[in-house]
Amino acid sequence: MQLTRRHMAGALAALPLAPLLGGCGTREDDALTIWAMGNEAASLPALLGGIAWPADAPPIAVQPLPWTAAHEKLLTGFAGGSLPSVGQVGNSWIAELAAIGALAPVPAYARRLLHDQFGAVVDTNRIAGKTWGVPWYVDTRLQFYRKDLFARAGYDGPPPDWAGWKAALHKVKEQAGDGNYALLYPLNEYEQLTTLALSAGARMLHDEGGRGAFSEPEFKAALAFYKSLFDEGLAPRVSMAQISNVWTEFGRGYFSLFLSGPWTIGDLKRRLAPALQDDWGTAVNPGPDGIGSAAPGGSSLVVFADGAHDKAAWDLVARLTASVAQLALHEATVDLPARRSVWTAAGLMRDPAVAPFRVQLERATALPKVPEWERIVTEMQIVAERMVRGQFSVDEAAREIDARADRLLEKRRWMLEKGRAL
Amino acid sequence: MSAQRRTSEGASAVGRAGEVRAGWAMASPALAAILLFFALPAVASLFLSFTDFDIYALADLGNLRFVGLANYERLIQNPLFWKAMTNTLLFVAVGTPLIVALSLFAAMLVNSRWLKWRPVWRVALFAPYVTTLVATAVVWRYLLHTRYGLLNYLLSFFGVPPIDWLGSPTASLPAILLFVGWKTFGYNMIIFLAALQTVPRELDEAARIDGAGWLTRLRHVTLPAIAPTMLLVSVLTVAGMFQLFAEPYVMTQGGPAQSTVTILYFMYEEGFKWWNLGSGAAVAFLLFLCILAVTLVQLRITKRSGAI
Repeated sequence: MQLTRRHMAGALAALPLAPLLGGCGTREDDALTIWAMGNEAASLPALLGGIAWPADAPPIAVQPLPWTAAHEKLLTGFAGGSLPSVGQVGNSWIAELAAIGALAPVPAYARRLLHDQFGAVVDTNRIAGKTWGVPWYVDTRLQFYRKDLFARAGYDGPPPDWAGWKAALHKVKEQAGDGNYALLYPLNEYEQLTTLALSAGARMLHDEGGRGAFSEPEFKAALAFYKSLFDEGLAPRVSMAQISNVWTEFGRGYFSLFLSGPWTIGDLKRRLAPALQDDWGTAVNPGPDGIGSAAPGGSSLVVFADGAHDKAAWDLVARLTASVAQLALHEATVDLPARRSVWTAAGLMRDPAVAPFRVQLERATALPKVPEWERIVTEMQIVAERMVRGQFSVDEAAREIDARADRLLEKRRWMLEKGRAL
Repeated sequence: MSAQRRTSEGASAVGRAGEVRAGWAMASPALAAILLFFALPAVASLFLSFTDFDIYALADLGNLRFVGLANYERLIQNPLFWKAMTNTLLFVAVGTPLIVALSLFAAMLVNSRWLKWRPVWRVALFAPYVTTLVATAVVWRYLLHTRYGLLNYLLSFFGVPPIDWLGSPTASLPAILLFVGWKTFGYNMIIFLAALQTVPRELDEAARIDGAGWLTRLRHVTLPAIAPTMLLVSVLTVAGMFQLFAEPYVMTQGGPAQSTVTILYFMYEEGFKWWNLGSGAAVAFLLFLCILAVTLVQLRITKRSGAI
C-alpha cells in the first residue's frame, strides 16, 4: 500500500483514540488500590514503605484525589462499579456511603482497631449497630484567640460559659477600637452555629433522622445566642468572601477570636508576624454553663463493599492505623492522630496550642448521621444568615429551617416507612 | 420501440428506488448514532426528570419513585434556581454582543491588507481558544488578583482603586465575562474571517470612491455581506453562553455569594453534588427549552430580514 498524505492525516487524526485501545487490555486486578486525598495521599507512599507489607500480599497502588472532587468521585465510582479496595473517607461522608451500601462494615476480627479511639469519632462511624470505618486522623473546631487582646480586656482567655464568654467579648470589643470586632463568625459557614447547637445539647433531627428538630428549645437557645452576637455588634455581618485573608485580619486585630480546626495552627505559625507568635492561643468551646461541645471531624479508612482482597484490605487498614504508622502520619502531615495513646507518644499534650484539641475531642458530639445532613446544614445556614440580616426572628428562622429540613428528608421518611433506610 | 421505452422507464424507477435505498444506507450510520447518542439520552433524561432519582435510587432502583411534575414545581419555588437563571440571562445579554463585537473586530484586524505577518497574528489570536481551559484559568486568576494582578495594576494608572475581581459579588460576573470573551473569541474570529474574505473587494472600493467613510462602508457593505455568518456566530454564542459552566467552576465555584452560579452550574450541583439526578434532569430540560426558544426567535428574525 502506498502511504499517501491522506493516510498520514487519517492516522494522525486517530491518534487521540489510541488510549482507548489500552482500555481493551486486561485490567490489573491483582493490585490493592487505595484512594486518598490531599496531604495524606502525598505522604502515603512514604508511609507504606514503613508498614512491612508482606511480600506475598497483593501490591498496593495509591491513587490520589483532590479534596474538592473526592466526594463526587466516590459516588460516581460507586455508580460505575469502579471503587477501589480501600479508601480515605471524610467522617461526615460515612453515613451517605453506608446508606447506599458502598462500604463493608468492620468485621469482628478487626474490631480491636476501634479501641483506644475518641468515643465521638467512632460514634460518627457507627450506624445501625455497625461501624463502617476506622478513624485514621481526627480534627474538630475550637476557638483561636488573641491572648494579648484578651489580656488588655482583663482576661486570661475566653471564659467557658456563654454568659461570661459574651461579657468578655464585650470588653474585648470596647478595647478593640473603631471598626474592629470581637469575633469572626462568617455568615456563609455553618460550623459556628452547629458548634453552638451541639454545645447547647440540641439533637437537630429526630424520628430516626426523619424530621428536623430545629424548633426544640435547645436549638432555639443556640440560634438566639448566635443572633445576639451580631445584634450586639460583637461580630461583623460578613461572609468569608469579604475577608481577603483571615490570618492578616486576625493579626491586625479586626477580630480577636474565630473558630477553626487544627490545620490553622500551622497556618498561624507560618503566616502571622514573628512579633505576634506568642500572642495567639487555642481554647475549648464555650457552652451554656461550662465547656461546650464540637463536631468530630477527620478521615477514616474504609474498605469498600464487594472489592477484591477483603482480608488484605483490612490488614492494610490495621497496619495504617497502628500506633507506629499513626506517629509517622502525624510527623509527615501534622494531622492529629486518631489513637489517644499516640497523643502521649508524640508529646502532643505538651504543645499548648494542640492540647485543647484533646480536651475538645473528649467532649465532642456526633452530628446526625443521615445522608441528607450536609444539604440540611447548608439550608440551615442560608436561613440563619437571613435571620442575622433581619429577615426572620429566631422563632420564624427555627420554623423555616424545620420546614426546609422536612422537605429534604421526605424521601428518607418514605424509606423509613418501607424499612429500607439504614 | 415502445416496449423499449417502457423498460427504460421501469429501469429508471428501479434506479430511483435503488438511489433512495442507497441514500438511507449511507445516512443510516449517522442517523443511528444520532438516535443512540442524542435522541435516546434526551428522552431518557426527560423521563428521569419525572422521577426522584437520588442516592437511594442509586443504591437500589426499587427506591425510585415516579413524582410527575414535582421536580419542576420545586425548582420554580427554589430562589437559587431563579438566581442561576438571572445570572445566565445576564451572561447571555451582556456576553453575546461583547463576544460577537470582539471577534468581528479581531477578524477585521487580521483581514486588513496593511497588516504584516498576518498568519502569525491569526494564530496568536486563535491560540486562547485551543489552550486548555484550566491552565488559562490559573493564569487569569493571577491577572485578576486583587493585589498582584496585572489588571488592577493597569487600572491603578487611571486612579482606579483595586477591585476584588473574583471575591466581590458585583465584580465576579464581569471578571468571568472578560475571561470567557478572551477564551472564545478566536473561534468566532475564524468564522468571521472566512466570511470577510468573500466580501467582494470591488464593492468596498466603489463605496470608497463614492466617498464613504470607514464606518459607512462597514454598515452598508461589509455587514450586509456577512449577515448570515453574523446569525450563525450569534446563535453559537448564545448557545455557548447558556451552557457556561467550566469557567465559573474553575474560577469561582459559583461564588461569591452565588453570584456566578449559572444554570448549568446549578444543574451540576443538583445532579452531582447533591446527587438529585431527577431534579438535575428537570433543570437540563428547562435549559433545552430556553436555548430552543432563543434560537427559533433568532432564526425567525433573520428569515424576515432575508439573510437566509
